[in-house]
Amino acid sequence: MSTPSNLKYTASHEWIKQEADGTLTIGITDHAQEALGDIVFLELPGVGRSVKVGEACAVVESVKAASDIYAPVSGEIIEANQAAADAPENINADAWANWLFRIKPANPAELDALLDADAYAATL
Amino acid sequence: MPQRTPLYAAHLAAHARMVDFAGWEMPINYGSQIEEHHAVRQDAGMFDVSHMCALDLVGPDATSWLRRLLANDVARLTQSGKALYSCLLDEAGGVIDDLIVYFFTATHYRIVVNAGTAHKDIAWMRTHLAGFDVELNERRDGAHPLAMIAVQGPAARERFCTAFPATRSAAMQLAPFQAVECPINASAWMIARTGYTGEDGFEITLPAAQAEAAWQALLAAGVKPCGLGARDTLRLEAGMNLYGQDMDETVSPYEAGLRWTVDLRDAAREFIGKSALATRRVEQQFVGLLLLERGVLRAHQKVLTAQGAGEITSGSFSPTLNQSIALARLPVGVAIGSEVEVEIRDKRLKARVVKPLFVRHGKSLLASPSSL
Repeated sequence: MSTPSNLKYTASHEWIKQEADGTLTIGITDHAQEALGDIVFLELPGVGRSVKVGEACAVVESVKAASDIYAPVSGEIIEANQAAADAPENINADAWANWLFRIKPANPAELDALLDADAYAATL
Repeated sequence: MPQRTPLYAAHLAAHARMVDFAGWEMPINYGSQIEEHHAVRQDAGMFDVSHMCALDLVGPDATSWLRRLLANDVARLTQSGKALYSCLLDEAGGVIDDLIVYFFTATHYRIVVNAGTAHKDIAWMRTHLAGFDVELNERRDGAHPLAMIAVQGPAARERFCTAFPATRSAAMQLAPFQAVECPINASAWMIARTGYTGEDGFEITLPAAQAEAAWQALLAAGVKPCGLGARDTLRLEAGMNLYGQDMDETVSPYEAGLRWTVDLRDAAREFIGKSALATRRVEQQFVGLLLLERGVLRAHQKVLTAQGAGEITSGSFSPTLNQSIALARLPVGVAIGSEVEVEIRDKRLKARVVKPLFVRHGKSLLASPSSL
């Protein structure tokens, strides 16, 4: 599957969508869901929690293993996707459409460190 | 460089995701582990288990040697083809491996051991051959290597016999835990009514050179390829131990739920580990856990009970029960049916202690009052 060019990425396989209001929506890439296999459980961060860049703030569990999801930038968690937690298998079906949580970034300069689609694809 | 089974090319052709397992490049799944799991519970699936190691044992002292080597007693095998599950113990009563031994005659047996422990097992066995007139031949490599395919599920036996009609009369009359050597394709396949899934089915041992054609014939008969991922969740639901996870040299069979495999009926039989087992303190018991909240139990998570702490040895999500289950070693005295807590990251989640058997023949066993 192609890597959408409108998103940013981390080397740890999160995707980041920059919303018009400056907030960020975060999910895991298609490569990540495929590597994890059937996803059966999500542990999402609480709204209001403040996270530092690179901090483990969610867990995706497949039948195979548990994987930490890292905050791509520092900031405050403003929303967690309860619909994804209720049907985690939807992430296997479409990893781009089923986000995990949203962050209000504390330091916009950190966004510069994120990968674009080509740079992410080169890591795979 | 990992080793490959004779079915390596067939796995790639079926779009397997390959992983390293005990030094072998094996399929973890062919797309969806959960779909493969359900195929075995509801229909028929097949597993390449050629990484496991068959050992042929021939000689006049074969029986007496096995009665010394194994904690279970091959003397109870009287019908040709009958299989027995046993632990291989060290002098301290620790588990070196678990294995299946097939009896053909009093001077001819076949042993099948785990992939990752084969070298260790063979070395151990060879050091204990002295004084016995018996020959041990490894059959995974060498001049006439063997492959193994497990065909499992409610429709597995029928599908297998459809693919190989010449075996039908011999194969369909096999009782559980019984094997037969069946002439086919100018050779002899060992067809055993055994498995590691809690479902009916066969395990086929055949010449490596015939494995790929057999795999294709089973595929054509509607048997779904299944990877090691589904094999693990199936055996976990069936409450079957995995060596290296649920037991190893540091525990005795009594702490791994395998007391039933230690045969003490012949008081005169001196098997390796027997005297240690007689005096070894048993402080832990082997149980099942059912997670009562959302989450996934995993190996090595700590279990908190009123009688002290224990540990999960295998845990995952059960596709059949749609909740998380585990096998665990808990202090003796924790009652079946009691509620315990499991530490998962920064949380403590409630779990119920059950007998270590969750699913058999496609059905949940949790509804019965004895397990809840």
